[in-house]
Amino acid sequence: MKTTIVPLGPQHPVLPEPLSFDLVLDNERVIDAVPSIGFIHRGLELLAPKRDFEEYVMIAERVCGICSFMHGMGYSSAVESVLALPVPRRARQLRVILAELSRVHSHLLWLGLAADAFGFENLFMQTWRLREEVLDMFEETTGGRVIFNIVKVGGMRKDIEDATLSRISSRLTAMKPQLKEITDIFLNDYTVKHRLSGLAVLPEAEARELGVVGPMLRASGVVSDQRLGNPMYEGLRWEAAVEKDGDCHARCRVRVKEIFQSIDIIAQAAGAMAADGIAAKIASAPNGEAFYRAEQPRGEAIYYVRGNGTRMLERFRLRTPTFANVPAVVKLLKGTELADVPTIILTIDPCISCMER
Amino acid sequence: MSLKKSPWLLHYDGSSCNGCDIEVLACLTPLYDAERFGVINTGNPRHADLLLLTGSINHQNEEVVRNLYAQMPEPKVVLAVGICATSGGVFADCYNVKGGADKVLPVDVYVPGCAARPEAIIDGIVRALGVLEQKRAAAEAKK
Repeated sequence: MKTTIVPLGPQHPVLPEPLSFDLVLDNERVIDAVPSIGFIHRGLELLAPKRDFEEYVMIAERVCGICSFMHGMGYSSAVESVLALPVPRRARQLRVILAELSRVHSHLLWLGLAADAFGFENLFMQTWRLREEVLDMFEETTGGRVIFNIVKVGGMRKDIEDATLSRISSRLTAMKPQLKEITDIFLNDYTVKHRLSGLAVLPEAEARELGVVGPMLRASGVVSDQRLGNPMYEGLRWEAAVEKDGDCHARCRVRVKEIFQSIDIIAQAAGAMAADGIAAKIASAPNGEAFYRAEQPRGEAIYYVRGNGTRMLERFRLRTPTFANVPAVVKLLKGTELADVPTIILTIDPCISCMER
Repeated sequence: MSLKKSPWLLHYDGSSCNGCDIEVLACLTPLYDAERFGVINTGNPRHADLLLLTGSINHQNEEVVRNLYAQMPEPKVVLAVGICATSGGVFADCYNVKGGADKVLPVDVYVPGCAARPEAIIDGIVRALGVLEQKRAAAEAKK
């Protein structure tokens, strides 16, 4: 059998970020995919021993510009559990609201990129038009569009007024018909279904075996969401979005569900704000170690910190969802058509700067 | 003249955190719409007039960036978008970060910000068009 090797990336029109695959092809069929990584590696984990642990939140936020808030929150939460800091309830509620708002913006971003990957450019533009409204809300409350610097160890840097929160919640609710109009295209349109249904199926057993996380895992029928059982989400009514089919369209459906779900969570949280301050006072330096698991838009992220009683942490380690999902992509690519490769890569919602840090 | 009316843009993400990248993409979408200046985002370096770099240069992408620049036809302009592409930013001390885009390429326009705002990026592109025109005129005069 004569095979051809086609390099995909690091610079490729469909990938906004450099990820590189060498695709081994037999005519149009992919036989093997060999990923090579490291184009975005900075080595920011090793900055932790050189920076004050409170300052490092800024670096943690810049692990990734899409889930920047969640990275800052995950790092802070891990340090808070080493310090055993009592974070005020209001700060935790504000975190929930901004985290869910981040999820809405991230999923809209993904829907747009996915539409672009299967060649529906108009849909990409329309989705990003809606995303801008969410970014306006970020700008109004935090001052930034993608990097916020609003979270800190012990709570939040800045308060958001109750009136602003309820205005945001009602603006999101008012956006629902527009969102529905667009997401209905993803769910029901013939062309979209034709490109996504039955493509790159990941059965439940394999999903567990490969250790995939997030919407990718839930689309294969596994109920796994780190928000379940997280004390931050106590008292909020919601359930994990799960689909059975395990194909690209199921992953799309999970994310669409989560957009609407996040809007509902924001409405619930904004309606019951506590008034007990926004930050706990830090009295000591972290001594000991802790894990924190957060459910990011792309899946479960794990934060590990170890301190030795000084202002500098000894070690900070982060495992991101894309890192967990890449082995599954390599597996899914085998046996598919070359034309479907961009769609399949995008279906995990790759965030390369998270993965390589 | 056609160059100034419709510059094609090649975007490459050095080792950025994605913040500037999504802002570059946001520039092309309906709210900011850089396409009204004739800017088209192309994936092919051989079609591109502007090279837009986000993120810093590291040991692995250095060669890729050089390669992309070499493949672009003359005249060409390089924009460094965001503080990482300018100097390395908060990551300047990381072991794998060599510094800003000017470590390997002649940068014409620097766009500040972390992350750079779409307005700033569009302003940078418009300035880059001026530089592009100067370079074209200089090449013309040499003939």
